[in-house]
This record gives sequence, C-alpha cells and structure tokens, in this order.
Amino acid sequence: MKALFPIPASAAIGLLGLAVVLVCAMFAPWISPFDPNAVIGDPWGPAQPGHPLGFDNLGRDLLSRLITGARTTVFVALAATVIAFVIGVFLGLTAAILRGLTDAVLSRFNDLLMSIPTLIFALIVLSALPQNLMVLILVMAVLDATRIYRLARALAMDVGAVEFVEAARLRGEGLLWLLGREILPNTMTPLLAEFGLRLAFNVLFISTLSFLGLGIQPPTADWGSMVKENKDGIIFGVSAALVPGAAIALLTVSINLVVDWLLRRTASLRGGRDDG
Amino acid sequence: MADTDHDRPLLSVRGLRLGVRAHASGEPPRDVEIVHGVSFDLRKGRVLGLIGESGAGKSTIGLAALAHARGAMRITGGEVLLDGENILALDNAGKRGIRGARVCYVAQSAAAAFNPAFRLGDQVIEATLRHGLATRAEARVRAVGLFRMLGLPAPETFGRRFPHEVSGGQLQRAMTAMALCPRPELIVFDEPTTALDVTTQIGVLAAIKSAIARTGTAAIYISHDLAVVAQIADDIMVLRNGETVEYGPARQIVERPVAAYTRDLVRQHEIRHDEVPDQSGRFFEMTGIFASYGSVPVLSDVSLHLSKGQTLAVVGESGSGKSTLARVATGLLPPRQGTVRLDGADLPPRLNGRSKAHLRRIQMIYQIPDTAMNPRQTVEDIIGRPLTFYHGLRGAQKRARVADLLEQIDLGPAFLDRYPAELSGGQKQRVAIARALAAEPDLLICDEPTSALDPLVAAGILRLFLRLQQERQLSYMFITHDLAIVQAIADSVAVMHRGRLVRFGPRSSALRPPFDAYTDTLLASVPQMRVGWLDAAIARQAAGVASPD
Repeated sequence: MKALFPIPASAAIGLLGLAVVLVCAMFAPWISPFDPNAVIGDPWGPAQPGHPLGFDNLGRDLLSRLITGARTTVFVALAATVIAFVIGVFLGLTAAILRGLTDAVLSRFNDLLMSIPTLIFALIVLSALPQNLMVLILVMAVLDATRIYRLARALAMDVGAVEFVEAARLRGEGLLWLLGREILPNTMTPLLAEFGLRLAFNVLFISTLSFLGLGIQPPTADWGSMVKENKDGIIFGVSAALVPGAAIALLTVSINLVVDWLLRRTASLRGGRDDG
Repeated sequence: MADTDHDRPLLSVRGLRLGVRAHASGEPPRDVEIVHGVSFDLRKGRVLGLIGESGAGKSTIGLAALAHARGAMRITGGEVLLDGENILALDNAGKRGIRGARVCYVAQSAAAAFNPAFRLGDQVIEATLRHGLATRAEARVRAVGLFRMLGLPAPETFGRRFPHEVSGGQLQRAMTAMALCPRPELIVFDEPTTALDVTTQIGVLAAIKSAIARTGTAAIYISHDLAVVAQIADDIMVLRNGETVEYGPARQIVERPVAAYTRDLVRQHEIRHDEVPDQSGRFFEMTGIFASYGSVPVLSDVSLHLSKGQTLAVVGESGSGKSTLARVATGLLPPRQGTVRLDGADLPPRLNGRSKAHLRRIQMIYQIPDTAMNPRQTVEDIIGRPLTFYHGLRGAQKRARVADLLEQIDLGPAFLDRYPAELSGGQKQRVAIARALAAEPDLLICDEPTSALDPLVAAGILRLFLRLQQERQLSYMFITHDLAIVQAIADSVAVMHRGRLVRFGPRSSALRPPFDAYTDTLLASVPQMRVGWLDAAIARQAAGVASPD
C-alpha cells in the first residue's frame, strides 16, 4: 500500500470528514453531552451555552441526537451497501463468467426484481416483515444488489472478453480464481465509484423509509428521521432540519472524495490511464 | 517528373521541436521533448518516407506538416514552411484554410476515420466543398475520377455505399481519394497499409503510388516497414527517439545504409533457421477438422501434423481461419468433426473435458501482450501462477523459479515486481513467453506473436523462440501472415485460404513452385527490401496473374 502516499489535500479532507462521522458513530454514548431522547428544552429552542445547535421539535438536544444518529445512519447504510455489493458483484461476475443458463436465470430474476419500483417493493416487504434493523438492512441490500448486479455483469462481460481471461481459462482455472483474481481487480475502478454513490443513496433511502415510518422507528435518532421531524420548522425560520441535512452532505462528500482518491490510485496501474 | 520550381521546396521543415508537459504523480509537471529538431525539404511531386519504430515521432512530424499537434503535445520550436510561408505562425483560421485544402492527411485506420453514418461519396468530397474549392457537381465528378484512378469497383456508384459495405483495402483507397479530391499540394500518409493483409496491401500501395505520380502531388509517407517505404519514397528519413538517424535517397538507405541502426533495420529479415530434414513425426496432429461459429462454417477438412521440436507455420490472410485453428487445438472451440492428437493420444475436444496435464502441455502466446496479461498482477504473479497451478511451487521456491525464467527470456529478476504497464511491448511479450514456459509445455501455439511489435524488437523475439526451441525441444504452431517470419523460423508450412488448407508440407517444398493461385499471390505480395520491387510485382500481375485485391 506504499502507493497510497502522499495523500492529496482533497482525500485528506474526505478522510477527516469520515473519521469525524465514524468516531461519532462508535463513541456516541460517551461523546454525546445529553441523553438524545430526553426533552430538556423548548421545542425548536435556539442555540444557547451547552446546546450549540439548539433543540429539536420536541425540545431534545440537537447535537446529542446528531451524534447518536450517526451511529444508526452510518451502520445501516454501510451494512446495506456492503451486503448489496457482495451479493450483486458475486452473482454478476458469476453470470458473466458462466454465461448460458446460469446467466439467463439470474438475469431474468434480476429483471423481475428491478421491474417493481424500489420504494413500493420496500414498503410492501417491510410492512409484512417484523420491523427490526436486520430486516431493514437486508431489504435495502437486496434491492440495491439488483443495480450492482447489472453493473458488475456488464463490466465483467467486457473484461471477460480480454485475452488474459481466456489465458486463465486455458490454464484450467476455476470459477473462483477467474472471478476473484482475474476479473474483479479489473472492475474495481467503476465498482468503487458506484460504491460511493450507492452509500450516499442508501443514507437518503433510509431517510425516505424513516420518513414513511418504515425505516428506523422513533425515538431512535437517525439523520433521515431528524430531517423529517424538524422539516416543519423551516416554515418558521428554524434551521434544525438543515443540521442533519448538512451531516448527510458531509458524509456523502467525504465518501466521494476518498473514493475519487482510491480510483486515481488504482487507475494508475493501467498504462495510459493515469490522470494523476 | 519535372520540377517546376527548383529554387524553393514545397515543404521545408526547419529544426522542428515538439514537447509534451508530463504530469508524473507526486512530482511537479515537467516538459518532455518528443521531437528534437528535425529538418527536411520536400519538393513538388516528390515523396519522403519517414520510418522508425513506435515512439520515434514519425506521426508527430507528419502531423506537424498540417500545423497540428496531437493530444497534449505542443510544437515548441522550429518552422514549417509551406511554399515559403511559416504555417506554424498562422492563426487558427489560417491553419484551417490549409488543412484539408492544401495539405491532406490519410490515417492508418480508415475504418475508424470514416463516419459510419454517412455515405462514402459525401465524405470524400466534404473537405473540398467546405473549402469552396469546387461545386458539389464538380466535386462528385472529380471523386468518381479518383475512384477510377484508384482502381475501386464500379466507380460511378461507389460513392453511394456506406463504409461498412466495402472492404478494408477499398476503404483505405477511398480515404486516399478523399485526400486527393481537393487537389492538395501535399498529402501525409500515416501508415496507410499497416492494418491490411499483404495481399490487400500490394494493391493499395500500387494505387497510392500511381495516384501520387499522376496527380504530381508531394507526399510524406509514414511507415514502420522499410520494405514498404522503399517502394514509394524518393527520399527516406530514418527516425529514432525523435531524432534523425539517417536521411538520404531511398536507394542509398536500402542498399548502402550508413548508420548502424539503419543497417539493423535493413538486416532484420536475416534470421535464418535451417529446416529439419525429417518431418515424419506426428507429435501433434489435427485430422479432418471441420469447425464453425454457430451455423457459419470456418474450417473445412483441415489435416496437418507437427514433429517434436519443430515449427509449423500457419499462414493466410485475415479471415482464412488460422486463428480458429488455434482455438480448435486449445479446445476453446470444439470441432464439429475431426480429432486433435498430442503425443499419440486423442485430446478431448472441449476445454472442460481436458485434464490439467493436457492443458499444461499446450500453451498459447497471443498477438497483443498488453491484453494477454492481467494489468493488476505483477510479473511475479503472472509467471508464478502456472508454477503454483501446475507444479505446486510456492513462496521462495516459486520466486526463485520465476527469477530463473526471467533470466531465460533475457530479462532480469529486477522485473519481478513490475506491472505490465511498466514494460515495453517487447518485454511484455517476453513475459508472456515466460508464463507459457513456466507450465513446461510441449507445444506452444503462437498467434501472430510478433506482428504488434516493432521490427527490431520482433526479430529479438523470434531469436528467443528459436533459442528456446533448441534448449527445450519445444514444438511451435506459429500463426502468421508474414512470410519473412516463415522463412526465418519454420520447418513446415500450412497455407490457409477461406477455411481450407491449400498447401501443407516442409518449408522447402511448400514454398517452391509450382504454386496454386493463392499461394502464388501471397508470395508475390510480400514486400521485399529492394527499390523497384513494387513496380516489378505490378508488371508481373498485369502480365497475367489475377489481381489480388
């Protein structure tokens, strides 16, 4: 990993942002100054000493909720995206390598899932299944995996047509080697870019689901539901809804800065593709 | 042809310098010079050949004659005088007025240079119309005349076709017509025949040569093949790393080269391998092979065999089925009929049916080493994988063996940790050969392994193949379209034409008359390193043999 240094300024900012969010997520109970669920002030009360961001719609400390909310938001979004990538990439690459019947079955099943609007599908499934965090994460992951499957399969079809994959087949290599050693490393660049995007989308998707009452249940703090709870304040000139919004933006921008940097590093291994 | 203006050359390039700003990661940008002060003169009606390996700056210099620099390159010094006027000093409008009107350009890949959505005729006259050099009707008439002059079929209606409806050779001629249409003073030909088969190349070369002679335009002809340039050019400039190595009349360059590098270029065809007399062994054998892609038959009734430690050259133009033959031998394409035998035992027709031991014994070398190796693996991983996979070597043992193999292909252990992108074309092909050797194979199937390389590098690879064959008793099935390579390395020869084997036998008898019509055309089409070969070949064809294109 010596090639990762020196870190450019943009990546350093991204890493710093990510670090702040992760530290909040990991150490929320210790960092958070007040109980995030305790009503200790006026609804939408303004900032005051000890409460730098003011209070939310019920009078809970906004900073404490923001710090605690990082935990839920980051955990759910990250877990859902990672699982989605594992499923989508594995099946997508397998379909591209094996082709034939395997590809047909997997692809048509994928089309079937994709043909149902994501939000409606999520609403139906989530209202039927028990409402807990694990189910939420898995549903989001499966829905996201359909998109990643498509991307991974298309990328692998391209890479699989290159002769070094044929050379590996001629050597007698099995599916796992072809998938993990020959094709996956050569599809990493677009997949990483997609990872950054998907993670950001998933943060927003949890917010959507929470907004509709099927995501994270109150009173648990998460950034999406905090936007929802405080949105009416905007009419009265209260900026409480913008604070979790800004946190989502910070996370998204940080992720993309880091991903951009990783992309540049991995792309430079290919001759002529170096943009550095 | 008479020089009308003796005092002043049409094009005069003085101390031309081009550079590019390099942005190496982690370093401040710095300027790298690509062309270091090149000068030449070109008179009306004369042809200058620019020759050199890739990266020598030939195309860059050719484009400078249009006052153009490709990509991030910039012209940093010198003058390009067209009829006494420095075109580098012109503004953009002035440069546009010259390009496509007074100076035209013929690109290497006509297939990529034509817009597939428009008819050829409209594209051929486009520049002429844009510059207002003729009315549409006049330009059409002129285009038809050019089509006829360049020997295109049905010249009256040829312009109505779309690019995909004509062959590669015809497309290259159409592009030449496009360049000639505005009646330019100068045409820059950038490797116009490199992508064509030899049998097609000779026709296009003849057409270009006669068109230059009849229109009296001056030309810069860029190629990496000295034998081709020698047929067309009056003067030749040999370039290397952006500098002039040698500059003089074509005859002098070919017959009495002064610089050591030019002498190497002229001598490149002089690898000699004496044919093995006894070729009765049947170490590798393909019998009665029929194969098809879907319902399209590609091979019909091909039978050939190869002795241990010998080389079988499979020659033929693109589409003749030579690469398909390799796919059948490796098991990638199971034949519809026929058997493949190695060392006295039948090989299962399908790749999936072959055991690790079968797979180990036949290894493949590809034409383009860049795509044949995983760009994300180091040289050690690439060469080491067959060692682990077939022979179970790991860790230090494997690393030592890889270093050993690197020595055998004349690269050192310093290359162990490099990625393919950090190697030159020739080094990549050597690594690909080492990967094949790592399996300890009996038969190497080489699919045009040198045709993507510069001539001198290719010669080095051929010598390596010959040396390895002697050391290890390797058998080669060597697919090529280059008969010079056949002469250099083959013991036996198989000539393929439209999926059939038209000739097979020891090199000495297969390439000796009497020939069938196709082998004769093929042999007559290979450019020879002497001035006047093309004229003789055309005269010979006119005297009776059917036109090759």
